[in-house]
Amino acid sequence: MAGLTHASPSVETALAPASKKRRFSPGRDAIRRFLRHRLAAVSIVVLALLALAIVVGPWIWRVPINEIDFTARLAAPSWDHPFGTDDLGQDLLARMIYGGRISLAVGFAAMAVGLFVGVVIGAIAGNSKGPVDAALMWLTDLFLSLPQLPLLLLVIYLFRDLLKGLVGPEGGTFVLIVLVIGGFRWMPVARLVRAQFLSLREKEFVEAARALGASNFRLVARHILPNALGPVIVAGTIDVAAAIIAESTLSFLGLGFPPDIPTWGRLLFDAKDYLDIAPHWALFAGGAIFLTVIAINFIGDGLRDALDPRKVM
Amino acid sequence: MDARVAPLLEIKGLKTYFNTDEGQVQAVDGVDISIGSGETLCVVGESGSGKTVTAMSVLKLIAMPPGRIAGGQILWRGRDLVPLGSSEMNKIRASEIAIVFQEPMTSLNPVYTVGDQIAEVIRLHQGLSKKAAMDRAAEMLALVQIPNPKARVNDYPHHFSGGMRQRVMIAMALSCNPKLLIADEPTTALDVTIQAQILDLLLDMKERLGMSIMLITHAMGVVAEVAQRVVVMYAGRVAEEAPVDRLFANPRHPYTQGLIRSIPRIDLAAVKKSRLESIPGSVPKLVNPPEGCRFASRCRFAIPDCRIAQPPLREIEPGHKVACIRAEETLL
Amino acid sequence: MGNYLLRRLIVAVPSLLGISLILFVLLALAPGDPFGELASNPNIPPEVREALRVKFGMDDPIMVRYVRWLVAMIHGDWGFSFASRVNVDTLILQRIPATLYVVGTAQLLALIVAIPVGVLAARRPYSIFDQIANTFAFIGFSLPTFFTGLLLILIFSVNLGWLPFVYRADIQATGWMWWWENFKQAVMPVTVLGLYQAASYTRYVRSAVLDVIKLDYVTTARSKGLDESKVIVKHVVRNALIPVVTLVALQMPTVFGGAIVTEQIFRIPGIGSLLISAILANDTPVIMAVTFVFACLVVLFNLIADILYGWLDPRISFR
Repeated sequence: MAGLTHASPSVETALAPASKKRRFSPGRDAIRRFLRHRLAAVSIVVLALLALAIVVGPWIWRVPINEIDFTARLAAPSWDHPFGTDDLGQDLLARMIYGGRISLAVGFAAMAVGLFVGVVIGAIAGNSKGPVDAALMWLTDLFLSLPQLPLLLLVIYLFRDLLKGLVGPEGGTFVLIVLVIGGFRWMPVARLVRAQFLSLREKEFVEAARALGASNFRLVARHILPNALGPVIVAGTIDVAAAIIAESTLSFLGLGFPPDIPTWGRLLFDAKDYLDIAPHWALFAGGAIFLTVIAINFIGDGLRDALDPRKVM
Repeated sequence: MDARVAPLLEIKGLKTYFNTDEGQVQAVDGVDISIGSGETLCVVGESGSGKTVTAMSVLKLIAMPPGRIAGGQILWRGRDLVPLGSSEMNKIRASEIAIVFQEPMTSLNPVYTVGDQIAEVIRLHQGLSKKAAMDRAAEMLALVQIPNPKARVNDYPHHFSGGMRQRVMIAMALSCNPKLLIADEPTTALDVTIQAQILDLLLDMKERLGMSIMLITHAMGVVAEVAQRVVVMYAGRVAEEAPVDRLFANPRHPYTQGLIRSIPRIDLAAVKKSRLESIPGSVPKLVNPPEGCRFASRCRFAIPDCRIAQPPLREIEPGHKVACIRAEETLL
Repeated sequence: MGNYLLRRLIVAVPSLLGISLILFVLLALAPGDPFGELASNPNIPPEVREALRVKFGMDDPIMVRYVRWLVAMIHGDWGFSFASRVNVDTLILQRIPATLYVVGTAQLLALIVAIPVGVLAARRPYSIFDQIANTFAFIGFSLPTFFTGLLLILIFSVNLGWLPFVYRADIQATGWMWWWENFKQAVMPVTVLGLYQAASYTRYVRSAVLDVIKLDYVTTARSKGLDESKVIVKHVVRNALIPVVTLVALQMPTVFGGAIVTEQIFRIPGIGSLLISAILANDTPVIMAVTFVFACLVVLFNLIADILYGWLDPRISFR
């Protein structure tokens, strides 16, 4: 602690009383830090508008997604078709709205799966010592080093017919994609939760709670999980973006949802053969993915500033 | 010892401020310190008194931003270092003024051998070949009494204990024969037994190499042991300055008196069963510090006048300066 | 160092076994017969089919089948591609150089961009340069590779006509022209993949440098009178690379995922596009083998990262 940091104790002693005087609650403090991240604040608005458009869009823009009109094939954006049309003359705005619902639904559902698996595995590992912990951490490391996209493709290849038979083509693909993407994104959360367990287990307030006779479950629910919440929320946010990209990638490779379901990735996949005559097709679909993902990533960054004060430099 | 005649280093009215979210921290606010050739000066004060910032300012190792030298002069052999550019400063660092830090465990780069790290500074300032610099590095390790120096130059820092690493740091600092060694709490992070060894080593080196030492510490015991002259700092300012025996015999600033009274005395404790005294309160915050004397809120001699203006550092006897308007009335 | 390397190698074995087990279990759990095409072929009489099932041991317990499959994989007996009618290992060996070439060059590009940008950004945190670099990094890893690939094709192939958008393994030109053609066709895939990785790496480098730059030994280096540039290169970047190596190794699965997409867009004849075409053709042996090869490549690159790590950090190899 010599050197440059050495100068800081004096600064810190000077800061401590001052910051206490402000009397910000932790929640308000977090919101203040989040809003200071201007791009994150803007991204919240952008994402909210996107979500709104996707949710109420079909009531306002009442063009069906599969109305084929060969007279308007590959039309550039116009008043009739604000985003233009595809090779069958189908309206792209309507298809984009529909695709957005799937993308966001997949993103959030996969995040939920990943968080759930991650919290459970992390909690079990962090709460148990010895071989169970070691085995779970080995599994986590193993999953971290798995090539995810090839395995995603493999699993979908092997199981899509089975699930299609069970819950229908659209639902089956949705469940499969959500489970598989979520199943490959739990590892960072598991590590975070476990690390929180290990560090908090030794902290005074947890010791105190244990000394007062708090049960293990109570300790976990009341003391450890709330403390692990910040980093987990941040990881979960980034997971939504990653899941949206993963779903789009699968669709783009032609291995996601069935061809007649217009997800954003599928739109790009279909558009790539018409880049020269109808670039708007690819640009709108790709732009939508990009906008959504970057908004979520910025929100994640803002949340990191807000919820994980140690990381703020 | 007469530092007045030829001061090696003369710090005049130094102000080092840091910009923080809470405002400007006046970590060092108008400090005057001078060191003569061959002198051992101790700068003493509790944490937050600005002693380290003062030392770092001399070598301009303060991070800028957020820090800046807001005023004053740092005269090194008559030449002001404050306006100097970085390339000029680099010629002075290590070759004329060297520094040893508080934390030996983290002050050496873990990925290079200690020989490489000592040779680096030798090659830089003395232009030796790689081979010659390594030989010199081994000599330096021998000088600071590290056993088997020829082999140990090839060891990495993690092969050394804390005390040994501090010896390496001292060897590195002394390898270019600096005229002044700034030692910033060099023993604070070490075991008590090792502390004495390192202090002895420093004094021994000072004798052999004929340099000056500016020793920064918060331990009055260390001061009594090694210092010739003492500067007591409080809240970014000099409170008192005196030759060491005068300071202990006749401390005039209430803060110095408090520091001395808080030294544990084994000899007295046995006979008198007296309680160890402490100074009530803590160092004031240095963002918008109080007007007047910064010690006033903790001072038992404080009168309303103390809070009006900053008390000047005045010489009450030759070589003995106090920044207290009631210095004549504070006799114990 | 040798000892350390050996230990890393031994640690890699269980991961490979784990991956192979996961693959095999997936295959075994999957509905239908993996040898479906063979089985449903009406030209093969039921007796032959039964004989084949026995020969391949399809009716043995699962662990026996796993061990047998694993032994076969280790021996290089990876099966026969239904679609291309050649051995799977031959097919993969043909395709793997293109993948390694594109991925390797892209990684190089990513590091060449990320290290200087990350260091400069960390030197002046929250400066204009830092904010621009940070924004570009966010754009970079929020732009999916399949979209950037299409954008580049749209700009450089369709509109400007500068670069070919189909990658060819059989370029007709010779001598310098061969190299030139090869370079031209690699520009877009390498850029797409490289810049996507560079975006994340820039952030890793920046935060690693920020962590290191405030450490005590950097102040020690400054107190020696070293030039700031030398302090940064020798005492900051050198040490900051240690955590960066770990993070880069963790990115390897993503890197190969990106390679599949890029190969598909630019029709590079690598193992990524092989995987996609095998899936579209229901060519199970190829799918299994390519997935396993990808897993091995990730493990291999992690091993390389471990070696680099041990070389960069003397505290590791001597422990």
